[in-house]
Amino acid sequence: MSLLASFRDSARAKPILERIRARRGGPVSIMEFCGGHTVAIFRSGIRSVMPERVRMLSGPGCPVCVTSNADLDRAAALAKLPGVILATYGDMLKVPGSHESLAEVKAQGYPVEVVYSTLDALKLAAAHPDREIVFFGIGFETTAPAAAAAVLQAEAKKLRNFSLCSVMKLTIPGAKALLSMGEVNVDGVIGPGHVASIIGADAWRFLPEEYGIPVAISGFEPLDLLAATDAILGMIDDGAPDLVNTYSRIVKPEGNRKAWGAVERVFELRGASWRGFGDIPASGLALREEFAAFDADRRFPLDIPPSEEHPACRCGEVLRGVAEPTDCTAFGAACTPEHPLGPCMVSSEGSCAAYYHYKRQAV
Amino acid sequence: MSDTHILLAHGSGGTRMHALIRDLFLPAFDNPYLRQGNDQALFETPSGRIAFTTDSYVVQPVIFPGGTIGELAVHGTINDLAVGGARPLGLSVGMILEEGLEMALLEDIVRRMKAASEEAGVPVVTGDTKVVERGSCDKIFINTSGVGIVPEGVNIDGAAARHGDAVIISGSIGDHGVAVMSERRGVQFSTPVVSDTQPLHKLVRRMLGVTKDIHVMRDPTRGGVATTLNEIAGQSRVGIEIDEEALPVSDEVNGACDLLGLDPLYLANEGKLIAILPDEHAESVLDAMRATPEGAGACRIGRVVEDRPGIVRMNTGIGGTRIVNVLSGEMLPRIC
Repeated sequence: MSLLASFRDSARAKPILERIRARRGGPVSIMEFCGGHTVAIFRSGIRSVMPERVRMLSGPGCPVCVTSNADLDRAAALAKLPGVILATYGDMLKVPGSHESLAEVKAQGYPVEVVYSTLDALKLAAAHPDREIVFFGIGFETTAPAAAAAVLQAEAKKLRNFSLCSVMKLTIPGAKALLSMGEVNVDGVIGPGHVASIIGADAWRFLPEEYGIPVAISGFEPLDLLAATDAILGMIDDGAPDLVNTYSRIVKPEGNRKAWGAVERVFELRGASWRGFGDIPASGLALREEFAAFDADRRFPLDIPPSEEHPACRCGEVLRGVAEPTDCTAFGAACTPEHPLGPCMVSSEGSCAAYYHYKRQAV
Repeated sequence: MSDTHILLAHGSGGTRMHALIRDLFLPAFDNPYLRQGNDQALFETPSGRIAFTTDSYVVQPVIFPGGTIGELAVHGTINDLAVGGARPLGLSVGMILEEGLEMALLEDIVRRMKAASEEAGVPVVTGDTKVVERGSCDKIFINTSGVGIVPEGVNIDGAAARHGDAVIISGSIGDHGVAVMSERRGVQFSTPVVSDTQPLHKLVRRMLGVTKDIHVMRDPTRGGVATTLNEIAGQSRVGIEIDEEALPVSDEVNGACDLLGLDPLYLANEGKLIAILPDEHAESVLDAMRATPEGAGACRIGRVVEDRPGIVRMNTGIGGTRIVNVLSGEMLPRIC
């Protein structure tokens, strides 16, 4: 059996599931912050095997989803500037902004290029010296090191036609904002494995220490998620909130210092606007002054009209864990992956898309 | 032929076009039907119903691990005939070439089409070439159509799946999709995944030799196994249940899918078929399939059920269940 297959093996899953089911206790709500976890949980059918007392909630950890309409409108305006080619990840293309998606902007003839990494955007810049390549950089701590590396490479290669429109966000201020709002009851958290691989498992100790909430850092295979859920239930039942790292094959307590060092060298903290949350102080990454030459915000100042939200879209509540996608009257009717009203139906990590693909009707 | 690149003149009807046909296409596809030299191929038909199908191929890149657009165009149309139970009689080939296409690339593609057609024993009986201005197409687009004969007693139909039927597949899934996507994204794996492009008509003949009582047969190309099963569930108004652990996916495809964020259930296959047939025939048909190179990896993946008509469900590896939806909302590039 390959390593990968062993993390999907029913024989190994069975004893963990039996342990989860044998635990006795009151109803609990466990939230996965990461959109990647949401998709993995639905794909492997984990919700369908959980005992009735365990309610699983999806959190705000989908970078496409938390991107605000104001930032989307700015990206569309950048794409329309003469001489600019806007480069972005494919997931962003179909997200409707206030008035139009980047796919619609592209269909009008403005250059919007889909890239798979920031380094592809650098290649675009090298290939089109007469154009300005603006990379619309979304993401969390996981994508920030690649963005930092791209800026450092652009500087080393003296690429003067590359700039970054940074709307990157940090997960921990986001998580704290969600918990401080007090709208949703969270008894345990499945911690984001990829984010923790960069910033370290220990960065999530604030959950047990400040909020008394147990957290288990998890990988993305079914067995990872079962083991993390089991560990969380154990801590809840014992009344002993702590941090458990069930993804230690990838995640170190201190994370990847080299990668995070590059982020700190290139970026500084600033407030950021999150869909569903509004402005969260010190939750965004902005380019430092010394990298101003690569900062699209400084190079192409734009006057963008105030953004608007679709009145029927409840993505904001879904991201805060207050509403489930199926609570939204538009879900599956006015809002589908082909005609999305909000980003949670577009992104491959969005809760609405996961519900739509894997759970549209009760199984 | 001295030209190194395709010129607009190669499609103009003049001497360059005639030279291209005379020197490249006719020798490659040579057979009595082409030699008739008429505007149409004329051939005798055995008794049975005529199956007729067409498909256009625009894959990018045109050369990928395990094949080219050429084999794909031959195999794809043969397979569309084969999964209807038809014995393919002949193919048409229509090519749209972009001005500036390297002649060597065209020659290579034509050579591979010739080899594919010969190996399958299905001749190219008529053809057409057009050249469009640079930028009006992407190197080369190929349309192939095919005719075949469905023997008496064979009634394969997407609406014919019945409660209790077995769902079987002829081999591993996702190989073509991963081969093309990894080439497009410039990703290389230590064990490269190659396209499964191959003709299936000989395999189908073996299966029908065991029993003509095969209810449904499809080749899960664009949209993959998930989309094909949903189509069948909808057409036949039945539920389909598949077992995640029974799905044949190679370790390489699984690994690549994890890396590229793909799901093998939605990836294209170009040399696999799904059959739905009465459970009592399943084992003997599977034995016959496994005795062929095309069906060596054949296995059962699920069953047709009465409840929740139109819905495909999966029993997951950890013992859960979930829906398997049609491909929607995802951006997949041109893969066939």
